[in-house]
Amino acid sequence: MLEWINDHGILAAIFALAGLSVALGALLGYAGERFRVDDDPVVERIDALLPQTQCGQCGYPGCKPYAEAISQGDVINKCPPGGDATIAALADLLGREATPLDGEAQDAPRVAYIREDECIGCTKCIQACPVDAILGAAKHMHTVIADECTGCDLCLEPCPVDCIDMIPRDDDAWQPPLPAGPGHRPTALLITSDRAQPPHTPRQEATHG
Amino acid sequence: MARAFDFPGGIHPPARKAASTQHRIATAALPRRVILPLGQHAGQPAEPCVEVGQRVDTGTRVAKAQGLISADVHASITGEVVAIGSYPVPHPAGREETCIVIEGDGIRDDWALLPSLDWRRADHATLHARLDASGVVGLGGAGFPTQVKARVRERNAIDTLIVNAAECEPYISADDMALREHAADVLEGARLIAKLSGAQRIIIGIEDDKPEAIRALERGIAAGQAHPLPISLKPFPARYPSGGEKQLIKRLLDREVPSRGLPADIGVLCHNPGTLLAALQAVRDGRPLVSRVITLTGEALARPGNVEARLGTPMNELLATAGLDDDRLARLIMGGPMMGMELSRLDLPVVKSSNCLIAATLDELPPPPAEQPCIRCGACEDACPAGLLPQQLYWFARSREHEKAELFNLFDCIECGACSYVCPSHIPLVDYYRAAKSEIRANAFEARKAEHAKHRFEFRQARIEREAAEKEARRQARAQAAKRPTSMAANSTTSAAESTAQPQPATADADLKSLRIAQAAAKAAVRKAEKVLARVSQSTSHKGQPQGQSDGEIEDLEVQLATARENLAAIEARLAAAKDAAAGTTQAPTPPSRSADTDQERTP
Repeated sequence: MLEWINDHGILAAIFALAGLSVALGALLGYAGERFRVDDDPVVERIDALLPQTQCGQCGYPGCKPYAEAISQGDVINKCPPGGDATIAALADLLGREATPLDGEAQDAPRVAYIREDECIGCTKCIQACPVDAILGAAKHMHTVIADECTGCDLCLEPCPVDCIDMIPRDDDAWQPPLPAGPGHRPTALLITSDRAQPPHTPRQEATHG
Repeated sequence: MARAFDFPGGIHPPARKAASTQHRIATAALPRRVILPLGQHAGQPAEPCVEVGQRVDTGTRVAKAQGLISADVHASITGEVVAIGSYPVPHPAGREETCIVIEGDGIRDDWALLPSLDWRRADHATLHARLDASGVVGLGGAGFPTQVKARVRERNAIDTLIVNAAECEPYISADDMALREHAADVLEGARLIAKLSGAQRIIIGIEDDKPEAIRALERGIAAGQAHPLPISLKPFPARYPSGGEKQLIKRLLDREVPSRGLPADIGVLCHNPGTLLAALQAVRDGRPLVSRVITLTGEALARPGNVEARLGTPMNELLATAGLDDDRLARLIMGGPMMGMELSRLDLPVVKSSNCLIAATLDELPPPPAEQPCIRCGACEDACPAGLLPQQLYWFARSREHEKAELFNLFDCIECGACSYVCPSHIPLVDYYRAAKSEIRANAFEARKAEHAKHRFEFRQARIEREAAEKEARRQARAQAAKRPTSMAANSTTSAAESTAQPQPATADADLKSLRIAQAAAKAAVRKAEKVLARVSQSTSHKGQPQGQSDGEIEDLEVQLATARENLAAIEARLAAAKDAAAGTTQAPTPPSRSADTDQERTP
């Protein structure tokens, strides 16, 4: 064996390399099958940035399809519920230019509200709701689960008696405002009076204890 | 003096406590009308359990705790419930909240007391139930339900109970006065909570500018020598904010609470003296939390001092009794001058977390000067007791760089206001941090909501798909059933049909194979979702995390599991249909085999 290798150096090298390629190729092929990623990870990441209202205002039936379309090269400014923040995030992720929103931005988050006296129980809005947020049965009054509603407007169109309103979401959480910045008087600051005498610095205090 | 360690930073604002410590705690006159907000505590607001028109005694429960972190609310006077509706409550933006209004005659005071308990003999379940039924919450200002805190040993081993008597904020003297008069009861309450939490020792941390309270505590400790639990008293020099929970623990025990963690994570529990007193009264006297000691002070008051006031008493009544001079009043502050809030009106009710009311004159607390640009002097960094970089946080908060702010541990800021106090440019730093924190929280909430909507959408898609697949399977089965008799009868005539169907088996086989693979994948997805759900629900039930969040998480995982099951059911329906088709073409008329497990798997 060794002798043969010595005698036919070139052939031996060719065989060795061929063998290696076959073995490694098989290994790679196996790994490709074994660890295959079904979904395109970029689509997942784009989808994570979209607001998931599933409203279809982008022209696609839901956020995931739009994410797929973006990854195929569609423009990133078709999402009114997400607004400029989403466009900026998408531009950041994809390294594209942030373009102004195509359409009207929504100002405040909203939820659907069914005027229950007028509802005739046709179930059309139930079928239209992308997140199953409307409860009801045929010929019975329907109502919206406000916590689950994404405010997508998709139930407005099918309603034959126009008894659905979009009302501002009742967010109880009060948010303290960001101060106006230099040059303005702060509104909430309490501590000011005690500043006549300069406050001690903690350095002088280091010996305490 | 007992050994004390040190925390970084801190400031020395003038204490101004002398005005309110001249007299003993007075008892405020019984109000004729009280307004009891349902959300006087941290966590979920309580739910009313009385009706308008109902007569209540002092101590009758009028609202029941909702969810894991919440507290009961009790009637604080004897009288009639006259309204349940929205009324203004102490809130930085002057908001309204649902309140229960009770009117009495200002004289009758019938108590609905619970039976007295001996905490030394009673078991833990009884004591927990009593604290639960008494609506006791932390009276230091945060209002965290005591009963929830008492259950801490279920998840963390506690070795030390700290009585936080530092009361470091200027003006406030409610704890100081309560200790002077009720030191023995506070110690007894501490022993009670120590028993519930399993703490082996009690340490009282107190600033040395309260000599009378210290003497009262010393006497109380000496008198209670018979009790086995060691109590040590540790006075230390006054410095704001040594009464911050984390700072006090560092100072007394030299232990540091981990970032975004709780004292319980390092085996420590902190309680305010007033809370301990209320807990003892709830257990020993069966008295729910219907009153609290509140400091009334400020230069606009003729007779500043501490009063024990019924919850829900309108503040203007208390202030009038204390001799409020309306003309000199510039701003009314609830809480201390460092961390409190400015109130926009005087008729707001006293709530469980109102420890102090400052009726300040214009000279005393003048309006803040205009904010100047940051000159990067670094004074705030020297003052920060949490060891943060306030200046960096300021830039990040201003430019809304929330990720960076979080990276610089914005959420470890205790909002003590030391940085704003020392800032030579008068920048309201804490306001920036509060705004940034709340924005970050709101964003996280929105993100969770979006994720949830996404999962519900996916579930719906999967369900529609499954329904379509099942419909198709049924249609095919019907078609097969209709075709079978004719093919059986006229065997010879099917040769033509067979020849057209001949190429089908190959594609049907490939279809079957890919469907089987998909079925295996869907099964794996279901198993994975089940495993994740089981793990999360187990770990949350162990840890007893803040409920709302873990609840949402579990619900979300349940939706995901249901989605996986729908997918599996859809694939199985399709597989069964394909099998039928294959069977039909190969002349082996098996009955349509919509497998039994399809039905089982379908219902989540």
